[in-house]
Amino acid sequence: MSFSCRRPEHMAPPEIFYNEVEAKKYSQNSRMIEIQSQMSERAVELLNLTEDQPCFLLDVGCGSGLSGDNLSEEGHFWVGVDISTAMLDVALEREVKGDLVLGDMGQGMPFRPGTFDGCISISALQWLCNADKKTHSPHKRLYTFFSTLYSALARGARAVFQIYPENSEQLELITSQAMKAGFSGGMVVDYPNSTKAKKFFLCLFAGVLSVTLPKGLGAETAERGVPNQVQFTGQRFRFKNMKGKSAKKSKDWILEKKERRRRQGREVRADTKYTGRHRRPKF
Amino acid sequence: MKLLTHNMLTSHVKGVTKGYPLLIKATEVTVREVEFNPEFVSRMIPKLEWSALVQAADWIGHLQDLPTELVTDYEKNEDFLRKVHRVLLEVEVLEGCLQCPESGREFPISRGVPNMLLNEDEA
Repeated sequence: MSFSCRRPEHMAPPEIFYNEVEAKKYSQNSRMIEIQSQMSERAVELLNLTEDQPCFLLDVGCGSGLSGDNLSEEGHFWVGVDISTAMLDVALEREVKGDLVLGDMGQGMPFRPGTFDGCISISALQWLCNADKKTHSPHKRLYTFFSTLYSALARGARAVFQIYPENSEQLELITSQAMKAGFSGGMVVDYPNSTKAKKFFLCLFAGVLSVTLPKGLGAETAERGVPNQVQFTGQRFRFKNMKGKSAKKSKDWILEKKERRRRQGREVRADTKYTGRHRRPKF
Repeated sequence: MKLLTHNMLTSHVKGVTKGYPLLIKATEVTVREVEFNPEFVSRMIPKLEWSALVQAADWIGHLQDLPTELVTDYEKNEDFLRKVHRVLLEVEVLEGCLQCPESGREFPISRGVPNMLLNEDEA
């Protein structure tokens, strides 16, 4: 097993890792705040709630309530669950609008069946994959979490989890336990071609069949679920493609570069007739 | 903790089958104004366990004149919706504890946050 210090879940259990110092970052570090709110915005978008209808939502791993602020702005009411008291203290200081509960995801969600119209969770689920105590079993804790969450959601509700999966086994573990608990759905990957902007969202549906999974942003060209057949294209094979990369600073090179950056989800100017055009020699 | 949350919370101690409703033993209760949203309140009413709400409001002394039976045709009754809104979203329990009716396990509430963490043998 590889040990990496870059992943917070390898350092300490969540209730210890998110101490006062770490919690403070979430109310002061503007970069962290921006990333968190961007991800929660996207998660709310993926929830696909009925417009102009105030909903009752659950925020698992709400922390300092940054994601909840997004929900409040949209006119929804929410309940946040988190295991770290320090993070909840920050949330109380920030006077978030939602109600807070101190709880452990792995012990199940203590709510009545059919309570919530949706659930979001930002960067929290990967914590469940670690066994921090002797008695912890990731399989069991994930299953308890998903099965109690399934019952707490109203039929037809969605749950969106933003996660940083460590490897494919971990992803497999999470999705298999979710399916076992009765959820349908799958992963949505935003900007799959970029290492930095790539984001994983696990979209789960409670009690609905035949819903198509939303498309990840910037994923048009990266079809993952292609059937195992060669696709037919009427396009002739260009000769230049066979020679490898196009010459630097040429028009093709510029267009390719722009296309690549577009796939990574960066801001790129549109292609026009002026793109890559040379100036007159007498300029 | 708002009474809306209390109405949804159940005890999840191992072996408990119907840990609902949780008993409230409040030592400090406050009222914080929240913007009135009639649509949300009328959407939530069918989801509520009405008797539990009335009981909870009674425990913390904010029952006022909430009817013990749910009024029919509440969507258009703004006066009634305002009363429900007040009990549901504005009244908050700050300090005290919740008790599971079945096992007697107590969940302390501090600064308005109920502690629902279980010990290892209870999970």
